[in-house]
Amino acid sequence: MVIYNLFKSISRLSSVRWQISIRHYCYATNVTEPQYIGIKNIFTNHLKFINAENYESIPIYRILDPAGQTHFLEENKLKLDDKTKIKIYRDMMTLNMMDKILYESQRQGRISFYMTNIGEEAVQIGSASALMLEDTIYAQYREAGVLLWRGFHISKFMNQCYGNIEDEGKGRQMPCHYGSKDLNFITISSPLTTQLPQAVGAAYAYKREKRQACVMCYFGEGAASEGDAHAAFNFAATLSCPIIFLCRNNGYAISTPAHEQFKGDGIAAKGPSYGINTIRVDGNDVLAVHYATKAARQFCISEGKPVLIEAMTYRTGPHSTSDDGTLYRTSKEIALWNDVAPIRRFKQYIQSLGIWSKEQEDNLKIIIKKEILDAFIEAEKKPKPHWKEMFTDTYFKMPDHIRDQMYSMEEHLATYYEHYPLKTFQS
Amino acid sequence: MIFTFVFRTSRKLLELHERKKHIRNLHFKFYPNTSSLVSERKTEKLNMYQAINQALDITLKKDTSAVIFGEDVAFGGVFRCTVGLQKRYGSDRVFNTPLSEQGIAGFGIGLANCGTTAIAEIQFADYIFPAFDQLVNEAAKCRYRSGGMFDCGKLTIRTPCGAVGHGGHYHSQSPEAYFAHTPGLKIVIPRGPVQAKGLLLSSIEEPDPCIIFEPKILYRTAVDEVPVGHYKIEIGKGEIVKEGKDVTLIGWGTQVHVLLETADIVEEKLGASCEVIDLLSIIPWDAELVCKSVRKTGRVIVAHEAPKTNGFGAEIAARIQEECFLNLEAPIMRITGWDTPFPYIYEDLYLPDKWRCFAAVKKSLDY
Repeated sequence: MVIYNLFKSISRLSSVRWQISIRHYCYATNVTEPQYIGIKNIFTNHLKFINAENYESIPIYRILDPAGQTHFLEENKLKLDDKTKIKIYRDMMTLNMMDKILYESQRQGRISFYMTNIGEEAVQIGSASALMLEDTIYAQYREAGVLLWRGFHISKFMNQCYGNIEDEGKGRQMPCHYGSKDLNFITISSPLTTQLPQAVGAAYAYKREKRQACVMCYFGEGAASEGDAHAAFNFAATLSCPIIFLCRNNGYAISTPAHEQFKGDGIAAKGPSYGINTIRVDGNDVLAVHYATKAARQFCISEGKPVLIEAMTYRTGPHSTSDDGTLYRTSKEIALWNDVAPIRRFKQYIQSLGIWSKEQEDNLKIIIKKEILDAFIEAEKKPKPHWKEMFTDTYFKMPDHIRDQMYSMEEHLATYYEHYPLKTFQS
Repeated sequence: MIFTFVFRTSRKLLELHERKKHIRNLHFKFYPNTSSLVSERKTEKLNMYQAINQALDITLKKDTSAVIFGEDVAFGGVFRCTVGLQKRYGSDRVFNTPLSEQGIAGFGIGLANCGTTAIAEIQFADYIFPAFDQLVNEAAKCRYRSGGMFDCGKLTIRTPCGAVGHGGHYHSQSPEAYFAHTPGLKIVIPRGPVQAKGLLLSSIEEPDPCIIFEPKILYRTAVDEVPVGHYKIEIGKGEIVKEGKDVTLIGWGTQVHVLLETADIVEEKLGASCEVIDLLSIIPWDAELVCKSVRKTGRVIVAHEAPKTNGFGAEIAARIQEECFLNLEAPIMRITGWDTPFPYIYEDLYLPDKWRCFAAVKKSLDY
């Protein structure tokens, strides 16, 4: 044993010596190999600043051109079946029509707030269609299409927007803050970007559990300016988490155009700097988004590492019902994007394949419209949850001090009930 | 000759003592545990960081989902609380994160969303503020806003807090009141190794997100007989550490020891008896225990290291006033840190030490 150890240490020593001599031989000049921790690099004698101009901008992956033609043979190679293509189209249309109806209903004062998805249908449906139900979704708020694809019934959107008794969120959050346990879609919250590091944590849990699934995390290009985005990208890379970051770069954060949001090559260029595999796609091309997401998912799960997708698109609608988009952009600009709208582009494509006709289109519109309006009227009629739900779920078990406050409200209502809209709540 | 030698030596010793005093001034005397909340059983002598380490060890052994993460926890942590754990449980369960508090808190929420027991460390409570948004807007509201569909109840944040003798602005803060204003979070603060282990195990196993503020001055200085194995101290329950009948003194963390010493001085100098309450849980807090004591004594002093205005003492005072109005014999007094940032060289004058607490008791008794 002693002799063996002695032999081992001698051989180790000689190998170290050998390495030193090799190094000495290779770098005989005064420029030696850098030994900084965490950086693999070479020295240079050339004084030069590095900037975006030194790089080529990351190109935009596209399959369908604006005329609905497939530019590449790739679509044939990857083979999405006709049934799926029609579901993609149907869901994009449903999302678009639901938006128009709910937007109008807010204008009429029937719901308090709404955010449309118009112009971004392809980003949502294209990516959702490439995921599996066991993949968890963390979203920002403009991703209703992802829920729709997963089977969230139209009535559930309406129930949430009305905060009625059927809303699983118990009417506590503003409209459009959807969530679904069954559909693995974490409930949305208003603070921007907070969901990013959370999604990374969830992805870490998945990896430890060796689940064959990933986490999908959506956010806008404005949200990417928050500190949480930096934290999330960095954590995902250093802790090797199977997560897809999907940035909807739609050109605006409310009124702030993207060129006031960043000066580099968009969000995509940040990916490689964190050591994240990155791609930029045409967000108005549902096929490009679908295939990019599909490849990202495969990579995430097999490698246990993150991917960043920047989907280039345009927010055709206003930011929300509290916003007038024409105050800070021209109608000419909006019209330009209507010409390359994702729904129109995909319709031309499926028509060219001979799997979609004008007749089917007319039928679909009638059916969806009826479905939406029926659900809308139903949701409007339903009462709100019992007022005591205001106090539950703050904690797992209601602590005494909250129980006391609930009783004190009950006592108050016993006398002053007529001053409150108690009739609208379930009794 | 001998006289000069003794004189010189003693002067040198005195100088040395003075210098040492300058490096770390312990403003309190540690009172060992006399807890009624922990049933008697086999114990071992541990300091507070060892007791915390043991609670973490028990958790990692028992709960295979549990993970510990934060800045520098892998090598054992800057206060040694996680020492040996990575070696025992692997680098996928005890690991360093990049230096980002908002990232740590957010990452922990995500783990907890998936049912993973997430134990995050924020290196100093002074640096919890970058994570304020994640904790207040996200962790606290997760269950409520989703109608109970999702939660992050398995999240626990551990963070060293409080005065340490020379911590200045950013190694001394007691930010509990900021978080006490947030429904959905639970907050606990131990006064020694026994409480640290019991409260930490409770926080980890509680189905709500918890923050445990660990008074860092106690990590090494507080040595006590700690029950072996797993035990819990119920969150939301305070404790009468010393019974008395004339004045109620309320505090938490290190301040409990200051109040215990104050009680001894009061007894010696004024012949009055103080009832000392350790609140242990800041939210939800044991108002019942406090009010019961105040109804008995009629006089109350609340003391904490954090600044006075909007400190948690204000909440306690208001509640006592509401519930014990007819029993109060003197105004409720708050002895706290001043409404300034935590100062470096002035620490001795800043802290609500035993003499400021004693003066308050005297005033209250004389009222």
